[in-house]
Amino acid sequence: MSEMYDIIIVGGGPAGLSAAHSAVKNGAKKIIVLERDREAGGILQQCVHNGFGLHHFKEELTGPGYAQRCYDLIKDCPEVEVLVDTMVLEVHDNKEVIAVNPERGLMKLQAKTVILTMGCRERTRGAIRIPGYRPAGVYTAGAAQRMVNMEGYIPGHKIVILGSGDIGLIMARRMSLEGCKVQAVLEICPFSNGLTRNIVQCLNDYDIPLYLSHTITGIKGKDRVEGITVSKVDDKMRPIPGTEFDIECDTVLLSVGLIPENEISRELGIELHPRTNGPVVDQHRETSMTGIFAAGNVVHVHDLVDFVSDEAEIAGKYAALTALGKNAASDRDLAVTPGAGVNTCVPQHLRLSSESEAVRLFMRAAQPKRKVKLSIMSGGQEVMKKILPVVKPSEMISVEIPAEKTAALSDDITVSIEEA
Amino acid sequence: MATEKKMLNCIMCPMGCELTVTIEDGAVTEVTGNTCPRGAKYGHDEIMSPTRMLTTTVKVEGGQLALLPVVSKSVLPKGKILDCAKELKKVTVKAPVKAGDVVAADILGLGIDIVASRDMAAV
Repeated sequence: MSEMYDIIIVGGGPAGLSAAHSAVKNGAKKIIVLERDREAGGILQQCVHNGFGLHHFKEELTGPGYAQRCYDLIKDCPEVEVLVDTMVLEVHDNKEVIAVNPERGLMKLQAKTVILTMGCRERTRGAIRIPGYRPAGVYTAGAAQRMVNMEGYIPGHKIVILGSGDIGLIMARRMSLEGCKVQAVLEICPFSNGLTRNIVQCLNDYDIPLYLSHTITGIKGKDRVEGITVSKVDDKMRPIPGTEFDIECDTVLLSVGLIPENEISRELGIELHPRTNGPVVDQHRETSMTGIFAAGNVVHVHDLVDFVSDEAEIAGKYAALTALGKNAASDRDLAVTPGAGVNTCVPQHLRLSSESEAVRLFMRAAQPKRKVKLSIMSGGQEVMKKILPVVKPSEMISVEIPAEKTAALSDDITVSIEEA
Repeated sequence: MATEKKMLNCIMCPMGCELTVTIEDGAVTEVTGNTCPRGAKYGHDEIMSPTRMLTTTVKVEGGQLALLPVVSKSVLPKGKILDCAKELKKVTVKAPVKAGDVVAADILGLGIDIVASRDMAAV
C-alpha cells in the first residue's frame, strides 16, 4: 500500500508553490509538489526582469525574486515535499498519480486530492505556419530567454522578433542589453498586446522599430537564417501582395501566444473550456472531477503572476478542506457566462453552499475600450457594477462579488462590459 | 527662445495617456494630455532625467546554475544602462549567493548597488 498524500500538486511553478503554501495554512498535513525542471519556480526563473509581485507581495520583484518568495514560504514546512526532476505521466480519477524521476524510477503516488498547476507553453512556428525553409535560428522567445538568462548562450546576433506581446518586447530589450542588434518587432494585429510600459522601455529606449499589421511571409537561408520577408496585412490579417520587403537577420524569435498545457487533463477526462483551453472550474478551482483542482496558467493564461498566486491559494485552500473532509456541500450550481464585451471569465460556474463566501471573477475584455461599465447580472437583476477607466484584452480584470451578495444568488450569472 | 513639443506615452498606469510635453530652452514648461498628477510628473521627469531599473545576469562560479540574475537596487540614469550592462559582463561571483547580496557596489560611481535577485546554492 503506497503512502496516502492529502494533496499531490502537479507542477512547481508559482501556482504550485502558492497552492502548497495555502494548503498548509488550511490544515493539510501531507503535500507533495512534483516538478519536472531541476528546481522549483517555473518560468519565473528565466524572467529576470522586474515588475512582478506589486499586487501579491506589495513589492516590486524580479521573476527569480518572486519565485524565491514563493519557495521560501514552503521550504521549511514539514508538511510539504518538493520533488524536482520529476515528470508526471498520468493522473487518474481515483487521485493516483504516475510519475518518473531519475533516482526513484517509475512512481505510483496516491492522494485524496490533486491540484493541476502545469502552466502553459509557447506556440511554435508550426502553430502559425510560416512558409519557407527550416534553417537553424528560429526559436520561441521563451526558449531564447532560457538560453540567455539561465544557460549562458546567445541564440544569434541580428534578431527579428515576431509578436509584440510582453515576452517578445522583454526579449527585444534583453537581446539589446546583451549587445545584439534587434532589427525589428513585427505584429500582425493593428495594436500591440504588450503593456505600454514595455513598448516604451523595451523598444523605444533601444530605437527598435515596431511594425504593426505586418507579419513574416518567408524565412530565407538553408542551414542558418539569413533574413526574412515581411508583408503588410489587411484587416483580415491576410498578407497584401506587393507590400513585401526584406530584413536581414540570423535569428527569428517567435512570441506568438501561449497555450495552457493540458495533456494530462485531457487524458484524465476532465472538461476543458474551448475558449480558455483550460479546465472548467468552479470558484474553488475544482474541475469537473471531484477532488481534482486546477489553478494558474493551466486554467487560463494570465498576464500577472500575482493573479496566478491568488487563484492558486484558492485551489490550495479548498483542496486542503476537501482532503480533510471539511468542504461544505453545495446546494446550487450557477453558470457564469461572458456576455457582451467579455471574452473569457473564470470560474465558469459557482457551486454555492449555505456558507456564504466572497467570489472573485477573473475576465478578459473582448476589445480595448475606455470608460466602461462592467456589470454582473443574475436573473435579470444587476448584482453589482463597476466603472473602469480603461479595459484591454491583454490585461486581466478581477472583480470580487462580496459574500452577502453571493449568498443571495440563485440564478445563472452573466458578466458584460459596455461603454459607460 | 527654442520651443519644442514631445509626445510621450505615460506608463504610470494602464490608462497609458498620451502626453504632450512642451520644452522651452531645455526646461519643461507644460505637460498636457495627462489625467492625473502622476502623469504630469512622469512627463517632466522622463524629459529632464529619465531613469530605468536594470536587470541582467552575471556569471557564477561553482553554483547550481551558470548565471545569476541581478537587479539594480534602485533606478539608474537611462543613458547609463547599456554601460552598466557592459560593466556587469566583467563580473563573476562565487556561489553560494543569497538574494540581496551585492554583486557590484556603486556601479560606475553612480551610487547604486547591483544585487542578486535570488539565492544560488554552491555545488
